[in-house]
Amino acid sequence: MYVLISIEGLHMVFGEKEVLKDINLQILRGEIFALVGPSGSGKTTFLRILDFFERPAKGNLEFNGMETSGIINIRRRMSLLFQTPAIFNRSVFENVAYGLKVRGIDKKTIEKKVSEALCIVGLSGLEKQKATTLSGGEAQRMAFARAIVYDPEILLLDEPTANLDPANVMKIEEIIKRIRKERETTILLATHNIPQVRRIADRVGILINGELIEVNTKDAIFKDPTDKRSEAFLKGEMVY
Amino acid sequence: MSTADFLVQGLIKAFELIFSLNPYILSITGVSIKVSGTATILAALTAIPLSFALAFLNFRGRQTLITLINTGMGLPPVFVGLFIFVMLVPAGPLGFADIIFTPFAMILAQYILVTPIITGISLSAIKAVPKSLIETVYTLGGSQKDAIIVTLSEARFGIITAILAGLGRALAEVGAILIVGGNIAYSGSIGGIGEGSSYTRTLTTAITSETSKGDISTSIALGIILISLNLSVNLLANYFQRRD
Repeated sequence: MYVLISIEGLHMVFGEKEVLKDINLQILRGEIFALVGPSGSGKTTFLRILDFFERPAKGNLEFNGMETSGIINIRRRMSLLFQTPAIFNRSVFENVAYGLKVRGIDKKTIEKKVSEALCIVGLSGLEKQKATTLSGGEAQRMAFARAIVYDPEILLLDEPTANLDPANVMKIEEIIKRIRKERETTILLATHNIPQVRRIADRVGILINGELIEVNTKDAIFKDPTDKRSEAFLKGEMVY
Repeated sequence: MSTADFLVQGLIKAFELIFSLNPYILSITGVSIKVSGTATILAALTAIPLSFALAFLNFRGRQTLITLINTGMGLPPVFVGLFIFVMLVPAGPLGFADIIFTPFAMILAQYILVTPIITGISLSAIKAVPKSLIETVYTLGGSQKDAIIVTLSEARFGIITAILAGLGRALAEVGAILIVGGNIAYSGSIGGIGEGSSYTRTLTTAITSETSKGDISTSIALGIILISLNLSVNLLANYFQRRD
């Protein structure tokens, strides 16, 4: 398998607090990797470091064998979807088209790609609607369309279904699986939703108190976790 | 004549002056709009980039500048007028510019008064744009320039409100422009009600001089125009606040 992101010795502190401790991880091209852990375990910080919003105290990041120079160029190969989507006070079309416009894509291609993305997330026909009037589930799906419209190689998802009802959770999971299947997008999913991990992940990493305590395939980690804290967390027991 | 009769007659004459498009009243209104409008435009051209710099850049002295702007929002106009007067009189450090008692001096005074107001309110509007929205711009591949454009777009109604608040303040201002402008009108209303034309006489300074001369109807007419202008500006500001 081809290693798309390689993380070595990643360490992050906020003031006195160690948020991430010596993280070593490889993300493989085309996989759905679930980073699992309780709230406050460092999942969001980890994703924010990958998308260059935070600078780690120590460690090395490599994207597809390339050093992390030219942040905007690396950023343009990926997309980060926040837990609560931030919506531009414009139409659904303009929101979804944004990533294409900043890349200087021509108008005709933008229209085609926006239409495709909205179709994938089930929001066709809402192009002209003001995005701020969408429901929570629709807004998250629109943000999903906005994140995938320019075909990013890597999709970073931060608790993408945390605030949604079961129907919308199911829709988002279907979209994640479809994106991976049709576009071979590499997906890094940060979540504390264990059933969701069972449903969609290929590999799983357990992050507790900033420490990546175990990484394995989904089947192996659920069947035979090697760390007692992993086992306790996956069983829903308090480990923090 | 009773007080009521006095007021009614004053009002009737005032409306006659307004609806007959009296040249003296029109010239005063024109000077007010030109001076306050120019000062507000220049202040906005300074204040908007400044508020973006304060919101986006982390430079040395940033916090001091914010404190100065907050202080400037409540500057006493007569103090500003006195300061500019001292600077611009022939014996002053900028006396060579020879602009004391001209509309330029009035524009300068209002510019100094209005710039902190527009900057302060614009900065609040820009800071109200959620950080997550700016981060979304970056994560979608946008540059800092794109982030500034999105912020400008999201904060546009707040910024327009700031400009209108500045214009309202400029139109209503009297102390500073009276000192540096001199309230000059050619012939004025000396030869009779509603005669002459304004050079540095504005609605506010004219009300003070006409009232002191006992020309109540002209004062009321000027007051009605001033209130109408300020009301229009405030209605516009309210409209944009509601849209925000």
